[in-house]
Amino acid sequence: MTTDPAKTEPAVGAGAQQTAPQKVRFYQTGTHTVGNRLLDDAQRTVQASMDRSNAITSGHRACQGCGEALGARYALDAAMMATEGQLIAVNATGCLEVFTTPYPETSWQIPWLHSLFGNAPAVATGVAAALRVKGRDNVRVVAQGGDGGTVDIGFGCLSGMFERNDDVLYICYDNEAYMNTGVQRSSATPPAARTATTPALGDEPGNVFGTGKNLPLIAMAHNIPYVATASVADLHDLERKVTKAMGIHGARYIHIMVPCPLGWGAASNDTMKLARLAVQSGIFPLFEAEHGEVKAVQKIRRKVPVADYLKPQKRFAHLFKGEGDVARLAAIQRMADANIKRFGLLDGEDR
Amino acid sequence: MLKQTEGSQAVAEAVALSRPEVVCAYPITPQTHIVEGVGALVKAGTLKNCEFINVESEFAALSVAIGSSAAGARTYTATASQGLLFMAEAVYNAAGLGLPIVMTVGNRAIGAPINIWNDQTDSMALKDSGWIQLHAETNQEAADLHIQAFRLAEMLSCPVMVCMDGFILTHAYERVDIPTQEEVDAFLPPFEPVQVVDPAEPYSIGAMVGPDAFTEVRYLAHHKQLRALDLIPEIAEDFEARFGRKSGGLLHTYRTEGADTIVVALGSVNGTIKDVIDAMRDDGHKIGCVAVCSFRPFPLEALRDALHDALRIVCVEKSLAIGIGGVLASAVRMSLRRLYREVFTVVAGLGGRPITRASLRDVFERAEAEALDDVTFLDLNWEVVNAHLARAREVRKSGPIAENILKAMHGEEGAEIEEAEAGE
Repeated sequence: MTTDPAKTEPAVGAGAQQTAPQKVRFYQTGTHTVGNRLLDDAQRTVQASMDRSNAITSGHRACQGCGEALGARYALDAAMMATEGQLIAVNATGCLEVFTTPYPETSWQIPWLHSLFGNAPAVATGVAAALRVKGRDNVRVVAQGGDGGTVDIGFGCLSGMFERNDDVLYICYDNEAYMNTGVQRSSATPPAARTATTPALGDEPGNVFGTGKNLPLIAMAHNIPYVATASVADLHDLERKVTKAMGIHGARYIHIMVPCPLGWGAASNDTMKLARLAVQSGIFPLFEAEHGEVKAVQKIRRKVPVADYLKPQKRFAHLFKGEGDVARLAAIQRMADANIKRFGLLDGEDR
Repeated sequence: MLKQTEGSQAVAEAVALSRPEVVCAYPITPQTHIVEGVGALVKAGTLKNCEFINVESEFAALSVAIGSSAAGARTYTATASQGLLFMAEAVYNAAGLGLPIVMTVGNRAIGAPINIWNDQTDSMALKDSGWIQLHAETNQEAADLHIQAFRLAEMLSCPVMVCMDGFILTHAYERVDIPTQEEVDAFLPPFEPVQVVDPAEPYSIGAMVGPDAFTEVRYLAHHKQLRALDLIPEIAEDFEARFGRKSGGLLHTYRTEGADTIVVALGSVNGTIKDVIDAMRDDGHKIGCVAVCSFRPFPLEALRDALHDALRIVCVEKSLAIGIGGVLASAVRMSLRRLYREVFTVVAGLGGRPITRASLRDVFERAEAEALDDVTFLDLNWEVVNAHLARAREVRKSGPIAENILKAMHGEEGAEIEEAEAGE
């Protein structure tokens, strides 16, 4: 089944109930954003609610424009709402951990546990096991980490948690490199991207092509109940997916794209724009899968060339020098087009 | 109840009697029979209210344990050798977070060359991680130490490693008295953690501590272990009062009265040492021994008292601090500070080499005659070693030692290759 939230429920994203007095069709130019005040209460974001938990409260030390801080706040507040406040978060080492908990301060308003870089999924398994053995099944567990902690160093533990179908929602905030240590390549770093360990030098500057791994697809291969990708470009959709995930037991995985102004060499006020361009170009497809099968995708409303997404980012600046690196830009465009085809992201390209 | 049983099975039963709520299992020889045993007790319904989790690595085993312990569940796991090293990062982390996890280490050598047999290099590698390390001399003590370990860990909020020699204890069948559930329940109260991850009281656990407070946190971890120096004997005394046998404590002395020579060792080798001492005492030698049960915290004062009247100390060590010699001997020397005593290191039993009474008696007599080197390798085959060293002097080539020895032993062909390489 393929849904097209842009088409059927343009104002609020897929899955929300149409209970407003009149069908709202209101776009700000180039966005999915609609003012909450135009929506029925049930359709408003968790963030718009007076009852939001502020899981990460203000005063943390994230950079200006941090996509991860934004994504984590929306994700955890949605999870808190879905579990009626009965939530424990486990955190891998990384930016999110460091900028929220400089001892003796903490930004977390929820029970929060950090152990190591590579073991957050396993620690979450342990927390869930303790809750189960103590008969506290109403308390739920979210584990979270950046792309390094998830796709690289934590991969073994994550696969183990998936395979056992432990009752954990794992959220990866993917900013496509090791930002906390100063922007080094991870296996989520896209081709051609400049990082500190894939410098923009030589004949083929930046990260090499033909490498990296797609963790949402790998998660699906574990046949777990729920896998989704999300983006801070569509926070309504992000909240909806987290809420949906918290309504399911077993291992669940949400992979959220979170632009990093520092690591990407982008303006801090361009975080949302870049996240949106990543989705609208097809380079970061939004989809949901259940038990290994893709069940829904978010259609691209107005397709943009990947160059539009790449150009504002200094990590890709070498692609646009002089005449431009036509061959490699075309290669990245082919990746986006392949995603569009694979997931049926454009009308007339249903899967 | 007295029964003839395998060491691993006795430990599994003692662990089950301690009512763990979460047990993580990953196989590694020679520990595997223990988690198999606990798993069978869970599966059969004998051990109730316990989550038995098969994980994908030792790193995950201890990480799951960190999560469950932090969420307030009594937690157990077991490992050995490469497994202990694979989880090393989590070993330090569990101690740093003050989580009262109990873990068995079925002591085994560390590769390369890969070796599944017993020595104590594995637990020695993590001796400074902040875990309490207790060494069992017998299977009875191994079983008893686990019951004591949960009480100690939870009183101190500190993880405890119970070390038992791989194969020699884990796979040996002997008579073990397994206590009843009522006896263990009376000795070991339920786990009541001070602080857990709980929505009712949302703490942040595991924050980044900077230079302003890190030293204080580390000092307090050290202080915790110093407190254990008092608690370990107290718990052992209470255990003896309830169960009617001596198990645990800081150390055990054997025939040390009037001894000029005292042997110090960890674990099961003390059994063999005692036999040698009995024989030597019969022949008029003034010799005794001390089995150190608590290696961390190290009982400096208790050991000093035990060794005070001896002239010389022989440390029999199943590990080697490469580049210096003995790990135990260094600690023994520290316990003897400002006293002049000869301290010899005898490195023995590496990678499972049998430690025979004859060889031990030989080194003890040489020690008595002050004819022992500071560091002696028991039953070292000097022929192989010298041949290798002679070759190494002529051929400056790197490579793994074990394979180089083999290559040279395979006669002409090997020699020709070496000559050819040397001529390049």
